[in-house]
Amino acid sequence: MNRAEPLILGIETSCDETGIGIVRGRTLLSNTIASSMDEHARYGGVVPEVAARAHLEALEPAIRAALAEAHVALADLDAVAVTSGPGLAGALMVGVGAAKALAVSLEKPLYAVNHLVGHIAADILDGDAPPLEYPTVALLVSGGHTSLLLVRDLTSDVELLGETMDDAAGEAFDKVARLLGLPYPGGPEIDRAAASGDPDAIRFPRGLSRASDMAAHRYDFSFSGLKTAVARWVEQREAAGEPVPVADVAAGFREAVVDVLVTKALAACRDHEVPRLLLGGGVIANRRLREAALERAAAEGVTVRIPPLSLCTDNGAMIAALAAELVMSGRPPSTLGFGADSTLPVTEIQVAEDVA
Amino acid sequence: MILGIDTSLGSTVAVVESDGVVRSQVESADPRGHAEVIGTLIAQALDEASVRPSDIAYVAAGMGPGPFTGLRVGIAAARTFALGCGIPVVPVTSHDAVALELLLHDALTGGFEESAADTLAIVTDARRREFAYTVYRGIDDDGLPWRVAEPALIPRDGLDARLAELGALRRDADRIPSGLLAVCAARALAAGREIGPADALYLRSPDVTLPAGPKKVGT
Ligand SMILES: [Zn+2]
Repeated sequence: MNRAEPLILGIETSCDETGIGIVRGRTLLSNTIASSMDEHARYGGVVPEVAARAHLEALEPAIRAALAEAHVALADLDAVAVTSGPGLAGALMVGVGAAKALAVSLEKPLYAVNHLVGHIAADILDGDAPPLEYPTVALLVSGGHTSLLLVRDLTSDVELLGETMDDAAGEAFDKVARLLGLPYPGGPEIDRAAASGDPDAIRFPRGLSRASDMAAHRYDFSFSGLKTAVARWVEQREAAGEPVPVADVAAGFREAVVDVLVTKALAACRDHEVPRLLLGGGVIANRRLREAALERAAAEGVTVRIPPLSLCTDNGAMIAALAAELVMSGRPPSTLGFGADSTLPVTEIQVAEDVA
Repeated sequence: MILGIDTSLGSTVAVVESDGVVRSQVESADPRGHAEVIGTLIAQALDEASVRPSDIAYVAAGMGPGPFTGLRVGIAAARTFALGCGIPVVPVTSHDAVALELLLHDALTGGFEESAADTLAIVTDARRREFAYTVYRGIDDDGLPWRVAEPALIPRDGLDARLAELGALRRDADRIPSGLLAVCAARALAAGREIGPADALYLRSPDVTLPAGPKKVGT
């Protein structure tokens, strides 16, 4: 195996994107994504069984497309990589089954890796950015997760500082969009509606931010109370026969989410004396979140890294990139005996490492 | 050489020669955990048959019917194994393998001819208080089980009445013989026939509940 610049194909099926990525070392060759998002739109959220069925249909064409784009053949690969978790169990299993059979048929090693750590690895593929420095705080925000991590080393030392206690931030956007009568996915819709709104017109609560919450949940998030507060505010307006100022509600809600995310991420930077913050996950596409993070981090002397947005949403390239880092640091491959782990902890960067 | 993969019930993998000789057949009876075992089973089946992936010319994929979460694992694996080797997938209706096994066995022992019915129904657990069943009548000229009714679901307590109506003998199965699955594929290839669907036989729509508008939270 080429350990200096390994050619890796990564398979990601933890949610509704079938992602196939190909990297050579730290160079991105293909980031192919087939999304079943449109099929979920009418349900207002990701339906696990619909997502899993879509993965099965999309996988093989996506692998072919990625190989064509990267101008490589399967026989050229040094290893296959796959997301073992966390994510939707039924969806993950499709990728795990596919990756194992592919690795066996090619007689190549297989690396089973952690999806969340993959989001951090996405940053490495940004050829224009200076090398990633450690330690760094990482804030990962998507429809499936909201996590704050302390990364001392991508391949060996990632610590979970906090995560959401209920809804993921992206889920909160979807739910609030729905109660404002806006379509799925909610993030871009809320953004559009908020553009003409006043973020200070309505002050919605910041979850787990009271002094009494800070002891036990300093870095944890909660968005279900915020969602309820928005619903209650809208209902009261409707009950009073007054029009609902959708733009102000959207702007006020978005501000509450952004504020709590940025405040806690910067608190982690301060507490751990780490002047570096890495953002990842699909919700990073939210412009207000990026702006607020950059502005407030600059005021505190914290450097913010944001991978290209095409690498922030779930994708296979980040899985391949993480496996490439593992290969380059001399780590042995995984055995074939792992499964899909929907609650895989972030400390397990690689699963079923063959230590024998 | 044909590699047979089925995860419609347990997980099973076999290597079969194109003339039907079963070189290896391995399985895990665990009705869950398909993703955990599938890679090891494929490697083991190849190993026990003393062949390498490059010796395989076709992959027979059991397309179900079966509970969907597990079923997909084997189909995904069959497709990527074939992709890796640059060879075709031959989709096989999983019940065909069970039917062929029973019919061959009955033909050898003469047991089947003594029974009144020449029609049999392969019945597997479809969960949620339903069975999946497929009806067969003997072996056809190509050596394949003659499927007279396509796989379908039925509530458990309605099965026997339905089979009585069809005059079919009930044969419950709790495993799919992947060797026979590959034999079905070999015979289909020899006869130039397609015997399985291109897509998974879920037989059920995904469970989804449409959102019923915003819920009132009260004040
Ligand atoms: Zn993600």
